[in-house]
Amino acid sequence: MDAAIQVEGVVKRFGPTRALDGLDLVAAEGRVLGLLGPNGAGKTTIVRVLATLLEPDEGRASVLGLDVVSQARAVRREIGLAGQFAAVDELLTGRENLRLFAGLFRMGGREARGRVDELLERFDLLDAADRPAKTYSGGMRRRLDLASSLLTSPRILFLDEPTTGLDPRSRNQIWAVVRELVEEGTTVLLTTQYLEEADHLAHRVAVVDQGRVIAEGTGDELKDQVGGAMVHVRLSDAGERDAAVVALGRLGCAGAQPGDVGTDLIVPAPHDGVGMVAEAAAALREAGVGVSDLGLRRPTLDDVFLELTGQKTDEPASPPEGEEEPEAAAGAPA
Amino acid sequence: MNAPRALVGEDGLLAEAGWTLRDCALVTGRNLRHFVRQPQLLLFSTIQPVMFILLFSFVFGGAIGATLPPGVDYVDFLLPGIFIQSSAFRASQTAVGLAEDLQRGVVDRMRSMPMSRAAVLVGRTTADLVRSLFVVALMIAVGYLVGFRFTEGVLAAAGAVVVVLLFGFGLSWIFTLVGLVTDSAEAAQSAGFVAIFPLVFASSVFVPIETMPSWLEGFAGVSPVTAAVDSARALSLGGEVSDPLLLFLGWLAGLLAVFVPLSVWRYRRMS
Ligand SMILES: Nc1ncnc2c1ncn2[C@@H]1O[C@H](COP(=O)(O)OP(=O)(O)O)[C@@H](O)[C@H]1O
Ligand SMILES: [Mg+2]
Repeated sequence: MDAAIQVEGVVKRFGPTRALDGLDLVAAEGRVLGLLGPNGAGKTTIVRVLATLLEPDEGRASVLGLDVVSQARAVRREIGLAGQFAAVDELLTGRENLRLFAGLFRMGGREARGRVDELLERFDLLDAADRPAKTYSGGMRRRLDLASSLLTSPRILFLDEPTTGLDPRSRNQIWAVVRELVEEGTTVLLTTQYLEEADHLAHRVAVVDQGRVIAEGTGDELKDQVGGAMVHVRLSDAGERDAAVVALGRLGCAGAQPGDVGTDLIVPAPHDGVGMVAEAAAALREAGVGVSDLGLRRPTLDDVFLELTGQKTDEPASPPEGEEEPEAAAGAPA
Repeated sequence: MNAPRALVGEDGLLAEAGWTLRDCALVTGRNLRHFVRQPQLLLFSTIQPVMFILLFSFVFGGAIGATLPPGVDYVDFLLPGIFIQSSAFRASQTAVGLAEDLQRGVVDRMRSMPMSRAAVLVGRTTADLVRSLFVVALMIAVGYLVGFRFTEGVLAAAGAVVVVLLFGFGLSWIFTLVGLVTDSAEAAQSAGFVAIFPLVFASSVFVPIETMPSWLEGFAGVSPVTAAVDSARALSLGGEVSDPLLLFLGWLAGLLAVFVPLSVWRYRRMS
């Protein structure tokens, strides 16, 4: 069977810039492949190549076995695209936007109307359906854009940074939709700057830097490469360091490292989640160790990058706050 | 790439042509909706030609009228010129509209869809043509208020309007290419002004070209602007029609033959 998405040695140059520099990628049908990389890594460029918007200079790429250059027309029948910047017609209402694209997807009048209403409902846009899209919030625009790309229930969906710049609620809505689509059998290629997002949604993650894939695996595998979550402890008294190390060692936190300050202690966590912070707090309290701050820090894209390339990313890549566990510093008073 | 296709049938060339027309109509409808939703823009695009009619007929009427053949009023001479002049100035709006769509990503979405490759461009130029019809109708109404009359009957008058619209349509395709190449609304607009301004003034839009120095008269005599103005003018007021009309149709065919394929080619290969 053909892979849903296959990219082999694709090169794309823009003047002196090699936006894609021999990129290889394979996505299995019915799964989510996450492309993780900082700004300028080439994520948008590869999405545009796969969506037939851009011809590669070298290499080949195919979608469901169809070549994106020589069989572009056939590829377009199978794909949905939600680009990095919502392609929403601001002067039209949400409903008019969807109707227009439904017509251009060559859906018949009745079929189009039914599908448009269904999508407006699913994306929580019914109330705003007859307002011009320029009055929509960022999250609503994103949802309308995503709805536009789903009119024909494509088998392959490209999502280019679908949650960048969104508030947590909108982000969670988008995440929920992506999970539903995957349950229905859609293959999704998702780009993101957030390891957390890739981790949440993607079955496999490819880390992209300077137009190449520099690492690939499941979210856990990638995090293992950078050492997984770490417990950060700030001791009230640097003299209690050894007692703290012993107490934490009983929880399975082996290999403590000193932090930037003498009172700081950084220990790899055997598992992440809020429970870890509570367990560590309890263990330290039992051992009578005074703690002024305690938190769990999961690896960020920066850590993955530092580990993989030895370079810091240019951008501060902190994920948007979410409904999930607090990102860091679940401060536990001693 | 494509296997030879049958003419009829579900996937035949005729069915494909039908879909293409429908795509073009949908995009045209969407663009027309934009005009209606931005009445202030429509207002500005009509105020300027109306102002020109009033200013030129009252300010220059006396001076230029003296150079016209006896019995020809300047306002009658002027109106067909202003129709063409305003079409020429408006044509750069095609590039502006296209550039805006390109910047907003709407065109990206359309290019990723299995729809006609020509629809975005045809939809843009056709909507601009419809807008021109609206503006020209308004200008004729204002013209009638200040004394302009078609003297050659309804058919000839309709012919004059068609010439004006076709002229604008031909220029629109030049600006389609400009919009695709510059993909910035401001750049497209300034490029338009630089090219259009001299062409419009070095023509029979405002004055009979016989009043110009001979080198300029030579240039103005073969200019598409003069050909269009003289055709529209002859159809409005009488006079020799076939010579300017043939020259105009030649220019139009040439413009479309060059700029439609170039634009479509550029659109297909856009990055
Ligand atoms: N149309 C273009 N013209 C010139 N350079 C471009 C163009 N598109 C992308 N690039 C360059 O290619 C590189 C990859 O860009 P992009 O694919 O947008 O990265 P990402 O989406 O990962 O942020 C960047 O250095 C960017 O500046
Ligand atoms: Mg990008």
